[in-house]
Amino acid sequence: MELANLSVLLVWGAATALAIGFIAFAVDLSRLSGAKVDARDAARSRQKVAVGAGVEDAPVDAPVDDAGPAAPVSRKLAGIGMSVTWLAAALLLIAIVLRGIAAGRTPWANMYEFALVGTFVAVAVFVGVNTRRDVRFLGAFVAGLGVLFLVLAQEKFFVAAMGVQPALQKYWLVLHVGVAIVATGIFTVAFVTSVLQLLRDARDNGSAMLGSRHWGWLDHTATPGALESLSFRLNSVAFVLWTFTLIGGAIWAEDAWGRYWGWDPKEVWSFIVWVVYAAYLHARTTRGWSGSRAAWFVVAGYACVLFNFTGVNLIFNGKHSYSGL
Amino acid sequence: MAGRTRSSDSREGTYVPEGIADEFTQGEPAEAPSSDEKPQRPNAPALGLVGTLRWMWRQLTSMRVALMLLMLLAVAAVPGSVLPQRNQDAAGVIEYLADHPTAGEWLDKAGFFDVYSSVWFSAIYILLFVSLVGCILPRSAAHYRALRGRPPRVPSRFNRFPAKATATTDATPEEAADAVAARLRGKLSWLPLFRVDRGEEAARGVRPAAATVSAERGYLRETGNLVFHLALVGLLVSVATGQMLHYRGQAIVTEGRGFANAVVDYDTFEKGSWFRPESLVPFSMTLDEFESEFASDTVAFAQARDFTAHVTVAEPSGAERSEQIKVNHPIVVDGAKIYLQGNGFAPEITVHDADGAVAFSGRVTFIPEDTMYTSRGVVKVPDVSSGLDQIGLVGYFLPTAEVNEDGSARSAFPQPVDPLLVLEVYTGDLGLDDGSPQNVYELDTANLTAAVDDQGQRIKVLARPGETVELPDGLGTLTLGEELPRYVALDLRHDPSLAFVLVFALLALAGLTVSLFTPRRRVWARAYTGPDGATVVEVAGLARGDDAGLQAEVDRALAAVTGTEPEPGAARREPQQPRIATGSEKD
Ligand code: HEM
Repeated sequence: MELANLSVLLVWGAATALAIGFIAFAVDLSRLSGAKVDARDAARSRQKVAVGAGVEDAPVDAPVDDAGPAAPVSRKLAGIGMSVTWLAAALLLIAIVLRGIAAGRTPWANMYEFALVGTFVAVAVFVGVNTRRDVRFLGAFVAGLGVLFLVLAQEKFFVAAMGVQPALQKYWLVLHVGVAIVATGIFTVAFVTSVLQLLRDARDNGSAMLGSRHWGWLDHTATPGALESLSFRLNSVAFVLWTFTLIGGAIWAEDAWGRYWGWDPKEVWSFIVWVVYAAYLHARTTRGWSGSRAAWFVVAGYACVLFNFTGVNLIFNGKHSYSGL
Repeated sequence: MAGRTRSSDSREGTYVPEGIADEFTQGEPAEAPSSDEKPQRPNAPALGLVGTLRWMWRQLTSMRVALMLLMLLAVAAVPGSVLPQRNQDAAGVIEYLADHPTAGEWLDKAGFFDVYSSVWFSAIYILLFVSLVGCILPRSAAHYRALRGRPPRVPSRFNRFPAKATATTDATPEEAADAVAARLRGKLSWLPLFRVDRGEEAARGVRPAAATVSAERGYLRETGNLVFHLALVGLLVSVATGQMLHYRGQAIVTEGRGFANAVVDYDTFEKGSWFRPESLVPFSMTLDEFESEFASDTVAFAQARDFTAHVTVAEPSGAERSEQIKVNHPIVVDGAKIYLQGNGFAPEITVHDADGAVAFSGRVTFIPEDTMYTSRGVVKVPDVSSGLDQIGLVGYFLPTAEVNEDGSARSAFPQPVDPLLVLEVYTGDLGLDDGSPQNVYELDTANLTAAVDDQGQRIKVLARPGETVELPDGLGTLTLGEELPRYVALDLRHDPSLAFVLVFALLALAGLTVSLFTPRRRVWARAYTGPDGATVVEVAGLARGDDAGLQAEVDRALAAVTGTEPEPGAARREPQQPRIATGSEKD
């Protein structure tokens, strides 16, 4: 079989594995919802104490399961979820490598490939972080987004594997685009974390909508403070990478397009993304803006990241029209 | 403490921008502020003019305003990506104005077609940078003092700190404190990890006399932050300077011909307001040959693969050298970069008029309109022999012609496999004589009549290389040269600020990385003789921002005391960052 076709099959394989992972993680969370409802109040009061200790660095609570006496639920499904997610990452990696061999170049030169590699990075960051601390509660969201991205890529962004035009033939393709993808993947996981932070925060503060039993699984994620600090750490890594992406892009544009910055739509939106995340970093340290207000910046920033990837490629007509569509 | 610029304990040399939430600079953890506490507003009216100005300055340099300005900047950048912008897509702007006459005019007045040089966009970033400078200069001064200062005194109570540990030991309080201090200093005496002060404390109230340690590390974090912000200012200044000094010229050059680096030799020339024409070094350049390569496989059929312009550069000194210009690989001549921006065919066309005189002879630039190089061009033939009409020819050059049933034609491959010239013929007044400037790529047909056949169809003249064909209505003949010279569009650009822009950008990146990933920590220890005679060692830590390793640092410092045992029942916290666990054990 041709390598390019094999690559496509492997992507479908990865998408399937992620779909299974998504279901496993989701069922796992819903089981947690049912169990140990009484742990919630305990968790909540502990969290209050923690917040009192300092706005920004609310010390992370001990795991909530210490808080309630109820019997632990089996997390077998989360384990299955992790295994298939690892499998998905492996399949996707092979698919990407094969695609690169088939095209005879770095496998991230158009939207389709960007989506594959970005999804891979997000999944890899998730499984990577999970080896150091238990973040399986992120699984359903990362796997869910991953399936979405892969299916979109296959159905909407697919182009045949081939070489690239002269403007793209430069090592900067590897660096600039590669780093941009890694940053995007990390932003994705940070975004999921911040969304959980916002939900959890709303629930802990007695939101009527999120207070119901169905959202009980939120009590088993982590405290808003812990989620915020995880999201911050991911975002700061991604922000540095994004800064590099902008600088690298400018250096490349200086050679390829004859100017380092020209407010091309892609440049504009990369700049907007950068400014929004810079605002996020400032918000975190501004009195009255830290905590969940700052988390909204992550949501806004990630929306800009997604728009920069899809909207700018598909709607606007700029120099950056390398989507291949 | 909220709303105050200076921290309450007034540590010497601490400057905190208005509105920053930072317990580290404040010296110790804040007394349980709630996260959505209302900032206290200073009362502006009662302050008088100077007071009001000072108040405004404080506001402008506050974190909250910086945050607002950043958000504004992001929002203000959006329209420039939605609406066509003059400096990138002038034709798009004209089209937009034609399609939306009323709205377009208003948008134009408000600068929406030049967003990034508009008053409002500039105002936002200039305010932002003023704010930044106003915020960063005092911080730099404070940091300079801090760099020469000593770690802050040991706080009286440790229990509010986010990381702490306690143990008892057989060692004397002095030995214990020395051990902690040594561990904090690190192994390398010339590169201490912490700046450490060892001190003694007299007994006070119920507290016994103690040996103390205060230590601080990570001054680089603030240094990085300042470098980052200052580098942004440097970046802005360099970019602006470059705008003033730069120039850019565009020239179309055909094979075997050249151009000189002089303002008049460029087809278009654009310059900053500080540019002086004397600064152009008068070198010249000849295009020896142009080569292009396209994919011919079915997957990527006709996709461009490689373009190379072989040129000879002649310096004013007379020295000559050969160079290659490729896409992505500009050459540098006397500090100016020369880019290969476009290419196409410039076939040699000769027109003899009805009297047999040569009315036109020259290379005509045909501009590619698609990836297959279906290229459009115009020939304007003046009236050489008296009494004859002027002739205008407009049409396409097709490197690989594909003529359809209905007479339409297009190119099927970018290389000249089966070249064909397809022209329509007009006669009348080309408007050449009134002296007004003309676009050489457009034919104004207002005063021209098209040549038509018996059925009233436009006549198309077809010519292949080396052929001479009759023009309709006995207008004369047209000859297409045997050779098909290529042309390249070259962009020459000089911007003396490039190196500065790059250096400041990289400095910003480095400063950012250092400031985000260098832990800034303070560690204090107090060792004293407890009620039962054993030595009690207490250690506390405080970090700037998010710091997963703080508790571990405190634990390590404590572990340096030999024979320590965690005090039973002491309020020792769990490690700062336990694994974030969910409902139950991992499987
Ligand atoms: C062009 C505008 C600006 C940009 C792009 C920018 C960007 C950044 C970034 C990326 C950081 C993160 C580094 C870190 O967290 O240590 C940061 C931190 C910081 N910025 Fe700015 N900044 C800008 C303007 C300002 C202004 C106007 C102020 C003063 C009001 C300011 C004050 C600060 C402070 C105090 C920090 C450190 C926060 C902390 O303690 O971690 N910045 N800035």
